Amino acid sequence: MGRGNPSLTPGTIWLTKIDRFGPGAMFRIDFNKLRFLVCDDNPHMRRILRTLLHSFGAREVYEAEDGATALEMYSHYVPDIVITDWAMPIFDGLELAQMIRQPESKGNPYAPIIMLTGHSEKRRVTVARDAGVTEFLAKPISAKGLYQRILNVVANPRPFIKTKTYFGPDRRRNTNSAYMGPERRVGEKHEVLQQPSLLDKARSSI
Amino acid sequence: MAKNSARDIEVKAFATHQVITQPNPLRKVLRRVEDKDLSEKDLDDPVARAEQALAGLSGEFKDWMADEVNRLSTAYGAIRNDGFTKDRRDELFRAAHDIKGDAATFGFPVAAEIAESLCRVIEHAPDFEKVPAELFTHHINAILAIVHDNTRLDSLTVSSELSRRLRKVADEYLAHVNRDRPEHLEAVLAPSIAPLE
Repeated sequence: MGRGNPSLTPGTIWLTKIDRFGPGAMFRIDFNKLRFLVCDDNPHMRRILRTLLHSFGAREVYEAEDGATALEMYSHYVPDIVITDWAMPIFDGLELAQMIRQPESKGNPYAPIIMLTGHSEKRRVTVARDAGVTEFLAKPISAKGLYQRILNVVANPRPFIKTKTYFGPDRRRNTNSAYMGPERRVGEKHEVLQQPSLLDKARSSI
Repeated sequence: MAKNSARDIEVKAFATHQVITQPNPLRKVLRRVEDKDLSEKDLDDPVARAEQALAGLSGEFKDWMADEVNRLSTAYGAIRNDGFTKDRRDELFRAAHDIKGDAATFGFPVAAEIAESLCRVIEHAPDFEKVPAELFTHHINAILAIVHDNTRLDSLTVSSELSRRLRKVADEYLAHVNRDRPEHLEAVLAPSIAPLE
């Protein structure tokens, strides 16, 4: 599991520094080795996503137009990254995330899930986070915003947390020594990665 | 790409939770680039390339937007002509929601704003059937007018003012009908995380 903050090289967002590999170590993503599953009921948005991902260099992009088909494809193709819309008929993106994040499932419950949605309310970000979504990207989509989310899930994965009511990536992106409220968890301290909160990141397209 | 096997996964158990760590399963797609031997390939900007590809699609955006507004119009027509059902309401919401998310990309940012206002009415009105029909028709007609008149980024003044007024009327209506529903009122009054940069 990765540790340390990836930071962007000024002016070249396709190169990222990952400090745990030594000062100044720079990396780029080989998109042609990544397998994506895109789930959106809107064919125009699927076309845009496919265009962006292919332009980044991805070769394997599978598409589903609803959550049920996406879940089937998830089991069949074992994608590295899932990008899903939220609002879809019958079986939406939130339910898809919840179905993927089944710790006892035979499939892979750990794949990064990027929620790409027109929902832009704070409470929606919280609901998505609590369903196990890894990154949140509010529409309108931008190439830069999408690239950043992919970069983050590839270069800086978070530990998974399992409680009675939650299974998914660590929802704590910041340590706050001044925090005075109730703790969701108790036990010894463990390292927490320093990252902007999901909400802060959702507010920005980069 | 193969996922990690079970033996690579480390589980630390605490009183109320488990912390599960594993080697980064995507580490193989990270390629180290040395400063001294940056090749031309390494300096290639995939984001710029993607933006260019998106611009290449822009010739189709007007037709795509026309599809989206036709869908919205049809969804509302079904409610008006055949009556309210939950499925029809959901379809109207999804049609408006897609415009909210996509219209700015297609070059119609004001249509996106108006669609957002419409989404809020559909989502937060306590009784959909009691919403004044004009509130729906004004939003939908405004979106239709913007798209059919091709009011793009260069002539925003009138449509922006229209959007601002529609949002004001919608918000006043929602604040009134949710005055005894604190949870909805809070959601109605909460600032959106949009606009994006």
